[in-house]
Amino acid sequence: MQRLINDPDNVVEDGVKGYLKAHPELFAATANARVLKYPRAPIAGKVGVVTGGGSGHEPAFLGYVGENLVDAVAIGEIFSSPPARAFLDAFAAADSGQGVACLYGNYAGDNMNVKMAVKMAAKEGITVKTVVANDDVASAPRDQIEKRRGVAGEIFMWKAGAAAAAEGAGLDGVIAAAQKAIDNCRSIGLGLTSCTIPAVGKPNFTIEAGKMELGIGHHGEPGIEVVDLASADQAAEMMVRPVIEDVPFTAGDEVAVLVSGLGATPLVELHILYAKIHDLLGDAGLATHRAYVGNYFTSLDMMGATLTVMRLDDEIKRLIDHPCHSLGLTQGRQA
Amino acid sequence: MEQLDTPFLIRLFRAVALQLEEHREQLCALDGEIGDGDHGTSMANGFAAVARLGQRPETRALAPAAFLRQAASVFLGDVGATVGPLYASALLQAAKLYDTRPDLPVEELALLLQALTDGIAARGKADPGDKTMLDAWLPALSAAQQARGEGALAADQARAAAIAAEEGAQATITMIASRGRAARLNERSLGKLDPGAVSASLILSCFAELLASPAPGPGEA
Repeated sequence: MQRLINDPDNVVEDGVKGYLKAHPELFAATANARVLKYPRAPIAGKVGVVTGGGSGHEPAFLGYVGENLVDAVAIGEIFSSPPARAFLDAFAAADSGQGVACLYGNYAGDNMNVKMAVKMAAKEGITVKTVVANDDVASAPRDQIEKRRGVAGEIFMWKAGAAAAAEGAGLDGVIAAAQKAIDNCRSIGLGLTSCTIPAVGKPNFTIEAGKMELGIGHHGEPGIEVVDLASADQAAEMMVRPVIEDVPFTAGDEVAVLVSGLGATPLVELHILYAKIHDLLGDAGLATHRAYVGNYFTSLDMMGATLTVMRLDDEIKRLIDHPCHSLGLTQGRQA
Repeated sequence: MEQLDTPFLIRLFRAVALQLEEHREQLCALDGEIGDGDHGTSMANGFAAVARLGQRPETRALAPAAFLRQAASVFLGDVGATVGPLYASALLQAAKLYDTRPDLPVEELALLLQALTDGIAARGKADPGDKTMLDAWLPALSAAQQARGEGALAADQARAAAIAAEEGAQATITMIASRGRAARLNERSLGKLDPGAVSASLILSCFAELLASPAPGPGEA
């Protein structure tokens, strides 16, 4: 394992120190070492937006704390849900009295910790409502959509929910916007190599040389099938089909597209992949309104990529186009 | 009569922390096969924190219910993952037991196991056979209850529970996960041990070990 770390058991703490020092305009520390907030949070009159999850997915989750984005984040160990108290303290850091929207991904640990934190928050007089992302089509069949994992579609969910909050929506409006965004998102992953948790020191699982795994999860959860390593164009076809065949897409839809690297795939390869994805979506009658290609939601040092496609209507389009500033996502007023 | 009191719980958590530390890598490796690879880290770090809590002089003076609530708070504050809320709920449920039974003789071990198991079951909502830690906790509980019903000594109840937990953990090899992260694997989780059931059987082996030997004299705990 060739890594730039100090102590494999302190990777998260040591990393947080760096984020705080490098980006003081985006991050402020809180009394809980596992919670960072936007320095201006809580923003008077605005619904607080909170997320949280395991580390190792950077820039997710903390990289989406920022202007018109997430107000506070709960930070877990590598690939491990944050503790309930971290979510609770993040709610408190984000709440201006207008309530908090907790927008997170569908994993057993996150579900339990958030649920306990929401209960604890109610005792402290903080109203929290939640949206659980479940955009990964490979993680369960369509008739068990509630079992699907949340992956990079979470970024669109945060973007839409936080933009609604910035526009002045109340808690129910923010929740509705975030829910609508994730309901219109579908994602899939493609892994070329495994990844190594520093504290474990060896790869979590194995993908043989010359193979790749379609439908792989963000923590290396096994996918739909292991296939021979193929060209970027062929990989794009394998990824686009299961995504657009899942509801809700129909020809004539406008979509936002996000291609994220899993951590160790060069940007040029992501763009080679995107070029074909763009054309395939066009062939299916889906017009790309906005595309995001880069390392938005990673899995440590895994090679590979995820594809997320979101169907747009006028409301979601406006929320996605809303300007924002954060480490993971910054955009101006115009696309 | 010997009690399942705070000094016992302190010794238990220390033993559990040592066991989990010893098996940290094995548990991570098992979890890497069907989950996300963090189970050994979460369990070992979580119980190490609870064991440290037990080493504080002020903790030793606490009643079991108060000590267990502090231990649960450690899991809620520091642990996260699925382990944090599941074992926090187990410890809180056990604290409730001690609210009604402040003095629990060792022969009532099954009541303590019942509370711990109930807490986990209520939080995780898994069923038997879902390939989770409950597949070790539930058989351990029945074995302890049965032994208690037959008038067995605490040491024998605990040994029966530990054996049943170990068998339950081994049986997860033949189960298909339907809870937690491994659930997404469906039939591909077949043939793999559930790391949560394995760590649960390690905890139950500590009960058996402690109850098999007499409590240390004052100052040795």
